[in-house]
Amino acid sequence: MASLLELSNVSLSFRGVTALNALSLTVARSEICALIGPNGAGKSSLLNVINGVYRADAGDIVFDGARFEAIRPGKAARLGIGRTFQHNALFRRLTARENVLAGLSRHGGACFIENVFRFGRDRKERNDFAARADRVIAFLGLDTVRDRIVSTLSYGTQKRVDLARALVSEPKLLLLDEPMAGMNQDEKKEMSRVIAEINRTFGTTIVLIEHDVGIVLGLAHHIVVLDYGRKVADGAPEAIRNDPNVIAAYLGTVH
Amino acid sequence: MTTLQDTVPETGPTASIVTNPAVLRLALVLTSIVVAFGVVPAIATDYWLSSIIIPTIVMGLAGISLNLLQGYAGLVSLGSAAFMSVGVFSAYNLILRAPALPLPVVLVLAGLTAAGVGIFFGLPALRIKGFYLGASTLGAQFFFQWLFTNYPWFSNNSQSLTISAPRLEFFGYDLQSPVGRYLLVVTVTALLIGFAFLVVKSRLGREWMAIRDMETAASVLGVRVASRKLQAYAISSFFLGITGVLWGFAYLGTADAHTYNLDKSFQVLFIVLIGGTATIFGNFLGAAFIVLTPILLDHLVLSANIAYLSDQGAITNLQRVIFGAIIIFILIKEPDGLSAWTRRGAEALRARLKT
Repeated sequence: MASLLELSNVSLSFRGVTALNALSLTVARSEICALIGPNGAGKSSLLNVINGVYRADAGDIVFDGARFEAIRPGKAARLGIGRTFQHNALFRRLTARENVLAGLSRHGGACFIENVFRFGRDRKERNDFAARADRVIAFLGLDTVRDRIVSTLSYGTQKRVDLARALVSEPKLLLLDEPMAGMNQDEKKEMSRVIAEINRTFGTTIVLIEHDVGIVLGLAHHIVVLDYGRKVADGAPEAIRNDPNVIAAYLGTVH
Repeated sequence: MTTLQDTVPETGPTASIVTNPAVLRLALVLTSIVVAFGVVPAIATDYWLSSIIIPTIVMGLAGISLNLLQGYAGLVSLGSAAFMSVGVFSAYNLILRAPALPLPVVLVLAGLTAAGVGIFFGLPALRIKGFYLGASTLGAQFFFQWLFTNYPWFSNNSQSLTISAPRLEFFGYDLQSPVGRYLLVVTVTALLIGFAFLVVKSRLGREWMAIRDMETAASVLGVRVASRKLQAYAISSFFLGITGVLWGFAYLGTADAHTYNLDKSFQVLFIVLIGGTATIFGNFLGAAFIVLTPILLDHLVLSANIAYLSDQGAITNLQRVIFGAIIIFILIKEPDGLSAWTRRGAEALRARLKT
């Protein structure tokens, strides 16, 4: 199967501190790829390079057949890269539904005058946005909270709104930065079921970061282990489970 | 994962007609129109219209203008009055040099001129934020005061650099009387309130609020942050331009560069802070406070008969101190502004109607 995302020799450092060290990585279409590794291994930095929040010092990225040295976040969104955030990054004074609607920004074609005075391309866009948002809200079971201000929602529900906001634009690649952080075991299982279902239903390629190795081994098709900005191991879950390097660097220790 | 605490009781068809938000909203709009166009002009005296109602409405409109920028888009400006002055000087020159233009066209063109200026002075927002951005908008404030003071062309070479209001008329209907000026102000304001609601309820408004709440997330979702910010400056300045014309022509009757000084910009800022951010009607509460409190303090001094105790200058300063203290008190007690009162009142009323 053709790959959707290819990173070659990507390096990133912050004032001399290396975050990513000549990292290469291939993500196949429609797979769930999990990034694991200890804190500070460079997992979040990697996601931030992929969707342009950080700019790599060296190396290049091929996404969906197009090559980039650096990409801007807006451009990444328009190419079809969606993401959720490790720390709450919702629009806190908006409702759940408004957050999801904002997630559709990359599909907006009407100019602001059309939007404000509700003519031309705005009519179609308004209906289209509403239908898409309502579909994702129903899919993620958020109907009962759709008109609530997100800052008043429970933590787990907020994580779900974040996911809905990323999913609604129908990205080709969905980057999930610790979607299960701070959740109890039941909530993690439920979130992991939702992620698997998104992957199965829409065929969305997913790259996620997760610390719970048990969950990851059950969910991912492909696991990449990072440590100190380098790739320690890369392969199917069964191969990773038995890799001595991985056991030494990560699985053997408790985080 | 949707826990029980997140579910709210449904307000479906069972909600009675008095608690239906759409019905309430319609009733509110109709009442406002009847009061604004029927009741107020019928009962208000010329003094009330000219000295209290007109300035309150115009300053409320200035508050809306800045609130679009600050409350909704999360940007800042300390140069509101500069954009108002651009509006009034544009309108004056348009009427002077193209007398055939009807008043509504003049108002829109004055707004558009201010919008263009607003985009230019909004450019720093693409690079800097917060306090530094605020400081950079002071540039507009000082530039236009300098421009209109040093180039008499803008005031038709008048000796005093002052422009006086042209005859206000709308297709032959004379608007010179207090009632006429009031009707002009209230009509323009009603239209701009409608415009403001369309803006904040549109995708534009939603994306402004997204940028305000979390700019990084907005850009990652594909919001075109830079153009949205410039559109915020443009629309806010469009409103301010028209507001400036109303202030000069419908309230004061004259205007010069000094009418729109830094004090005026700060007054607009206080209206937003006191009225509440990200609200439309709250601005009129803020404006009423800014306009009425000094008048009230004047009356207090008169009726308390304490004028003989000190000279006028000291009393004026004392009034300013009290005025400032009240502002500080409100901001501490009600950081969300006076509009939080009306919101809570409306909620209490709705709860009572439901039972």
